[in-house]
Amino acid sequence: MATDPRAPEPLSLATFTQGIWKENPVFVMLLGLCPVLAVTNTATNALAMGLATLFVLLCSGVLVSLLRKVIPKQVRIACYIIIIATFVTIVDYAIQAISLDLHRALGAFIQLIVVNCVILGRAESYASKNTVINAFVNALGMGVGFTLALLCLGVVREILGFGTLFAIELFGASFQPWAVFALPPGGFFALAGWLFLFAYIRKRRAAAQSEETHVA
Amino acid sequence: MSPDSHAFIFLNAFLINNFVLAMFLGLCPFLGVSGKVKTAWNMGLAVIFVMIVSSVCAFGINHLLVRYNLEFLRLICYIAVIASAVQLVEMFVKKFSPALFRTLGIFLPLITTNCAILGLALFQTNREYDFTQCLAFSLGAGAGFTLALVLMAGLREKLELADVPDTVTQAALSLMIAGLLSLTFMGFAGLGG
Repeated sequence: MATDPRAPEPLSLATFTQGIWKENPVFVMLLGLCPVLAVTNTATNALAMGLATLFVLLCSGVLVSLLRKVIPKQVRIACYIIIIATFVTIVDYAIQAISLDLHRALGAFIQLIVVNCVILGRAESYASKNTVINAFVNALGMGVGFTLALLCLGVVREILGFGTLFAIELFGASFQPWAVFALPPGGFFALAGWLFLFAYIRKRRAAAQSEETHVA
Repeated sequence: MSPDSHAFIFLNAFLINNFVLAMFLGLCPFLGVSGKVKTAWNMGLAVIFVMIVSSVCAFGINHLLVRYNLEFLRLICYIAVIASAVQLVEMFVKKFSPALFRTLGIFLPLITTNCAILGLALFQTNREYDFTQCLAFSLGAGAGFTLALVLMAGLREKLELADVPDTVTQAALSLMIAGLLSLTFMGFAGLGG
């Protein structure tokens, strides 16, 4: 979002990595929080949701970039939403065909990928102004960043809430699961915890840097 | 109460399965517009309003789609129809009640493509509610959203005077409070049988 809207960006490593760390959609920009919190009670659900979002991000990014000279400026948002909704419908039916259990676990949240602001944000601020290859790479980075963030939450919540990881038992029978982490409040607490951690790291790093310049 | 009764559907959406605190729908406005109680109220009213409009629209459009076997177009149709219906009502309100428009107007475009609104339409379809049940559901969901938003705004107004550690950024703090609120709302589980 910080990129200059006019000039198309040259393809670089940053095109890919900005979505993973510097502009991570979940931890830095706090976008698309609904699925982040709603379906991350187990790592499996989190991974599935992340991959579904990644697919929609990639396809819609490429298509929007291909059509960027055709879509009239006034109705671009509506066009983007229709494009995104089409791919979400594909994903919805695909998941239903692959695993009905997974489809049931994710529920309406697959269809709610449509209103995930990460995707529309990428279409509007990046794909509509850059070449197809750039849009593809950038969407890949954002999607991977989003999936990683979902996994971060899913892993923590599954370990604490169920004592398992990807449905594999981690602790012995004496383990008392911390049930609240499998329930809705746990989602809020887990995300808040990660944000605390990142803020702490950032602050430590800033302090170390200012000390260095001070000494020099 | 039977699970199909209107009172239960209302209560369920209002307190037990609160859209924001139990289902995580509409979190962006929840975290973004919960700075002041007054704004939160207006936002809440706008959400109730949009929810009722979109619930009615979704009900109608779903009937049409089922009749012509076009269910796979549901998602696209819902979004398009809800967005245009809200736009239409917005113009109508602007013309006939400028005072009301000033209160709700700025929020309407913000919430049209919100996940709470689309989620409402999808849930009522999945649960196969009839028309009056849809109304009860949308009213309950809207009221629940308003309640959560106003509670959150009240807490955040108080929190501005509190002394919190430096590392606690704005967003993380809001999420922590939301988690506590959500924990409180879990106490409503089992209400109404």
